[in-house]
Amino acid sequence: MRAAARFTLLRSLGLIVFTGLILFLVTETVSDYRNSQVATGAYFFAVLAGLTMLAGVGGRISLGHGAFMAVGAYTALLLIGKENWALAPAVAAAAAAAAVVGLPVGLATTRLQGPYLAGATLAFAIGLPALGDKFSGLFGGENGLAVNPPTPPSWLGSNFSLFRWEAWIACLGALIVLFVLYNLVHSWLGRSLRAARDDAIAASLCGLGVGRLQTTAFVVSAACAGLGGALLGAVVQQLATPSAFGITLSLYLLAGVVVGGLGSLGGAIWGAALLVLLPNWSNDLANSFSLSTNVRNNLPLAIYGAALIGLMLVWPGGIQGGLGALRRAIFARLRGRRRASAALPATEAASDQIATDRPV
Amino acid sequence: MRYRILAGAAAAAVAILVGACGSSGGSSGGGSSNAPGVTATSITFGTHQPLTGPAAPGYSEIAPAAQAFFNYVNAHGGVYGRKIHLLIKDDAYNPTDTVNVVHQLVLQDNVFGIFDGLGTPTHTKVVGFLNSEKVPDLFVASGCPCWDNGTTQPETFGWLPNYTIEGKILGQYIKQHFAGKKVGVLYQDDDFGQGGLAGIEDEVPAADIVSKQPYQSGTMTLAPQISAIKSSGATVLVDFTVPIYTAVGQLTSFKLGYKPQLVISNVGIDPTTVGKLLATVSKGKASGTGLIEGAITDGYIPSPTDNSNPWIKLFQKIRAQYDSNTPMDGNVEFGMASAYTLVQALKAAGKNLTRQAVVNAVDTAGASWKGPGLVPYRYSKTDHGGFDGVEMGKISGGKIVLFGSPMTTSPTKSSPITPYTGGQPAPPASGIPSN
Repeated sequence: MRAAARFTLLRSLGLIVFTGLILFLVTETVSDYRNSQVATGAYFFAVLAGLTMLAGVGGRISLGHGAFMAVGAYTALLLIGKENWALAPAVAAAAAAAAVVGLPVGLATTRLQGPYLAGATLAFAIGLPALGDKFSGLFGGENGLAVNPPTPPSWLGSNFSLFRWEAWIACLGALIVLFVLYNLVHSWLGRSLRAARDDAIAASLCGLGVGRLQTTAFVVSAACAGLGGALLGAVVQQLATPSAFGITLSLYLLAGVVVGGLGSLGGAIWGAALLVLLPNWSNDLANSFSLSTNVRNNLPLAIYGAALIGLMLVWPGGIQGGLGALRRAIFARLRGRRRASAALPATEAASDQIATDRPV
Repeated sequence: MRYRILAGAAAAAVAILVGACGSSGGSSGGGSSNAPGVTATSITFGTHQPLTGPAAPGYSEIAPAAQAFFNYVNAHGGVYGRKIHLLIKDDAYNPTDTVNVVHQLVLQDNVFGIFDGLGTPTHTKVVGFLNSEKVPDLFVASGCPCWDNGTTQPETFGWLPNYTIEGKILGQYIKQHFAGKKVGVLYQDDDFGQGGLAGIEDEVPAADIVSKQPYQSGTMTLAPQISAIKSSGATVLVDFTVPIYTAVGQLTSFKLGYKPQLVISNVGIDPTTVGKLLATVSKGKASGTGLIEGAITDGYIPSPTDNSNPWIKLFQKIRAQYDSNTPMDGNVEFGMASAYTLVQALKAAGKNLTRQAVVNAVDTAGASWKGPGLVPYRYSKTDHGGFDGVEMGKISGGKIVLFGSPMTTSPTKSSPITPYTGGQPAPPASGIPSN
């Protein structure tokens, strides 16, 4: 058992190093604008990864994660702007604050299922940002809060791009989330959550505290959303306003998780990439036609929605699930050909098949 | 699992790299100027506007109207042979979207500058970026005093009269014409409403202001605020509200049987917009502008329904030709009038257009430009505020009728208010500024 745990740890470390290397190479090569998109994608990934763990592994839906991002963003900006905290402790405190807010919400929603759970978290997403208006002295009302962008350290050179620096910080945050969640999902917590998701009664008969498990998952995912919000607020966009964390954000987050592929961290990467790129693509597409103003203004949203619906129809398992099915189909064909030609036992492909069939 | 994540990460990286290679070939070059967004035959500006979402009704007309004015200028040869293009991006009045689209406009689309970016909560979040990248940020569509600082924000220029200036001139009118009456103020709890209230308080004696009621943008009802103002015994009601809340406030007053003398900020009075909104919020029970008839207001450009004004005639002509789907209203006029100012700035910047040249041109010559405005601009090296005053007006027959001579002042506390006698020049025959 301990050997298996160590194996997971090693694998996750390898994963972090590999992903980090790719991200480093990407941020070195691309333009400032693409780096700002990488940074945006990174904070979305932090939120989506937590949400996919909650929704896919834990089987609990949340329409309130935009509000946890707001908690993270406001906490980080208040600590940096008013208390002069350094960035790293402020972001950590923001994740902790979101976890603290997530605890009562998680506890209160433990007994709720399906549409009632969705409704309760939705109410939270609508209600919380209004506090920014209510206590406008502290939170700056409709105009919100703003901070200066983080300055790249001097050892990187005076011409070091601010956007690359922001992308680095945001990616570091995303990698930390990836590391923590990968290990959590492959630990007793992940296994117990899956057991509770598949059959809550059987799980509790086995001695699992289903309510406590689900609350834990909720708190962890709220902390991830808080971290993502802090990256948005203090690093990438340098702002926190009530309108930035409206109900549409929470809905987009859930859409990103589902379309990316529910329950897999790889799906969260796809979801984040989609949330960053799809609005631009739909905008460009809408602008490529010459249409009357009213149609053109609203067409991007229609294209965006149609693309999401189309993806779900073609790939009900999301992009990650669809790609997995595609790859398995290719492997199966290769294996079949190999068998036919040389009649060799396809051990390698078969073992890979087992590995990928494991849930998450 | 591992393979799946790795494959996902690698594929996402490849997608981004491919996207980056696709975009890196698009650098603009050629022409007599090597400023971004400028070629020998074109100048490209970008703007962020609420084309969708709650702020879209009315405001979404502004950028297309500005585009229509540019199309008119382009059809007449452009500015020094360069045609003006405007890339309009939707930010849905959401500051995170504003940051994203402005990054895209500046870093990827290589625009020359940002023109007419709309909103205070939105635009305040990109002012730092635009100034550090030295991108001209011309004629922000908001009267927040936060654009007025040429020292710390050399690239950013306001255009509207600062809300405090407007509040002071409305306040002076109240002091002179409704002396001794009890005044209640309904205001939006942000820079707009607070700035306006500061102006009112600067002029109206403190003892006369019996109730000050803020509301938060996004609220569904104004019943508590209107009831409080009614019970305070105020007979003059000042509204620093955006059009939707002007409409909601008037319906609430009507239901409560409260009929004060109205004084409404220029921001929330456009009769066409308010009339439509009244019909919507009352679900068809109220229509037209009956509820705001007789309200005192102000204007810094001619009333959009004043068909005898030569500027309105010009804008009507251009609207009919290039923006015919939209009826003439305050938003259309606003878009065209600010576009006119941009053309003045580009002319003044000279043939060898650079970003610094256009900023210098507004700094040094902007205060002398004449256009559709009823009062001069305040532009100088240190002051980047827009119009320095307003003219009083009244809603009569569903239209804004301006009267008296325009008043000018500064946002400084207890600075004097003086009439402006320079008059409004007729537009040039071509309709294109010659400065």
